[in-house]
Amino acid sequence: MRPVVLALLTLIAVAPESRAQERILPLEQRTCEVPSYILFGDSKLNRVRKSIEEHKKLTILVLGSGSSALPGPDGAAKSYPGRLDEVLKKRFPDVAVSVITLAKSRQTAADMVQSLKKALAESKPDLVVWQTGTVDAMAGVDPESFRASLDQGIDDVAKAGADLILMNMQYSPRTETMIALGSYADVMRVVSRDRDVPLFDRREIMRYWNDNGNFDLNLATKDIAAAYQVHDCLGRALASLLIEAGDLDDVKTGQTQ
Amino acid sequence: MAPAIPTDRDLRLDLFRGLALWLIYLDHIPSNIVAWITIRNYGFSDATEIFIFISGFTAAYVYGRAMRDYGFVVSSARILKRAWQIYVAHIFLFVIYMGQIAYVARGFQNPLYAEEMNILEFLQQPDIILIQALLLKFKPVNMDVLPLYIVLMASFPPVLWLLLRNKTLALAASVLLYILTWEFSWNLPAYPGGGWIFNPFAWQLLFVFGAWCALGGAERLHGLIHSRITLAIASIYLFFAFCITLTWHIPGLASYVPRWLAEHIYPIDKTNLDVLRFAHFLALATVTLYFIPRDWAPLKSPWLRPAILCGQHSLEIFCLGVFLAFAAYFVKVEISPGIPMQVTVSVLGILIMIAVAWLLSWYKGATGRRSVAQPAISVRTDLAGGGE
Repeated sequence: MRPVVLALLTLIAVAPESRAQERILPLEQRTCEVPSYILFGDSKLNRVRKSIEEHKKLTILVLGSGSSALPGPDGAAKSYPGRLDEVLKKRFPDVAVSVITLAKSRQTAADMVQSLKKALAESKPDLVVWQTGTVDAMAGVDPESFRASLDQGIDDVAKAGADLILMNMQYSPRTETMIALGSYADVMRVVSRDRDVPLFDRREIMRYWNDNGNFDLNLATKDIAAAYQVHDCLGRALASLLIEAGDLDDVKTGQTQ
Repeated sequence: MAPAIPTDRDLRLDLFRGLALWLIYLDHIPSNIVAWITIRNYGFSDATEIFIFISGFTAAYVYGRAMRDYGFVVSSARILKRAWQIYVAHIFLFVIYMGQIAYVARGFQNPLYAEEMNILEFLQQPDIILIQALLLKFKPVNMDVLPLYIVLMASFPPVLWLLLRNKTLALAASVLLYILTWEFSWNLPAYPGGGWIFNPFAWQLLFVFGAWCALGGAERLHGLIHSRITLAIASIYLFFAFCITLTWHIPGLASYVPRWLAEHIYPIDKTNLDVLRFAHFLALATVTLYFIPRDWAPLKSPWLRPAILCGQHSLEIFCLGVFLAFAAYFVKVEISPGIPMQVTVSVLGILIMIAVAWLLSWYKGATGRRSVAQPAISVRTDLAGGGE
């Protein structure tokens, strides 16, 4: 027994060590910082790289539900798809970047799959960012059906020749005892692993911001400015993942430095 | 021939049920740092398995004796009465939950969470939601265990009847139901969609297995449990599960899990009591029983007394735990969500559970003495997790 116990203790002792060595990505603003182990995975975005290098163009379709949009006249520019658009345009000034957002409140994954084919044909994206999970969890969709919808959507995007990033739910401390997100987040993680699709783990990122004190997501505020800031950071983090998974670090920016 | 039902109390049942109740409480407080100590972070199964198994064990122990002594009808009536008590307790907790949610939701209009706030629409349709809750179809987060327990108890009389006649056949039927459930995806419907979070057709396996153990199955397994080979296999499996769970918590280790293995084991299905979870519980039980014999001296020590007391009043303490978890969440949201508060509410909650369990024991002792002349039918109902 003793060697086993010792081995366990060693594992526990070593584990936080390896975690501490992980990089924290500043993402240009300190409030947006995210540890690389939360943001990055092993899956790659080959189409994105090819399109930028060969065609100097990057068309992104953001498919999502209510949490991909913000209200108000500035909502479109201030929500994370708008922020992503701006960050990418700055980073790749000679690339024709366009971000098309298709965010409708109360859409389950199955609902979005229905409109996906048409949207793919119309916008011919190089990359689809698919934000989903929250509405399915609220509606109590059977996790197996949720999984089937994800698989169907992934197939459709692959057939259209585009890359895909899956984005999971927001971390929302106030509704934690009202919406059981756990099994849906697990399904998304499993599907992203099985299908080799990058997962933008919005839930863990926001949990990190909240626990680390970057944002107080518990606040019962009506203030839209706080929401703008969170979306700004989400847009930057998403751009970071896109650049990492697309191996775009070495791509020339077109700027003379 | 009726199986022998042992008469002296096995304190290990109370101890582990008490511990399971504490762990369930800690796990039910969202984003609680203290929940890191609970077993779900170190293996596939969690405290729910322990709770359901021991509940099956004690139900068979108590009502098996009643069924032998007083017949099918009387004992069935007592089991159904118990199921009714659990149902009432569940509805009581539901009302508390609704009150709390309505309060927390009041005035919360963060534009960041407009989508999530749609969940509160159910507050605007009490007609539907109350009826769905009474039908056990609408179950708020973390209120899934009692409905499972209700269904298991309500359907227990025929199961117990069969167990007393032919326990091997009863267990085989239970396994068959489990397999068919996996094969044909059976589940009870839930509101607003999907099925029960704890599928009763699958989780009955643990309950019936517990009952089977109580009615002589445990003796049959005695040789198996106390063999060193079984212990070795169980330990290796626990270690394997520990390593896999470690890769969930420490990103970067996940890449060490080979793809073929990951494809095989994921997702580990809690709703349908995944075989990996069931096996993990069995391994945990085997190792525990090996090192903690029935006459283990610390069982009588005052240090374990608090957990044992909680285990002896499991229904009351379980409900109290659900309520306290709501309260802890409430305190976290309204006052402070930080780590000091998480530790405070965790410790305070368990202390309250212990105090109430102690009070219940005291009350039972105080009222019990006066009715010494009561007939034997009320004997040992405390083992079923609370007075009647």
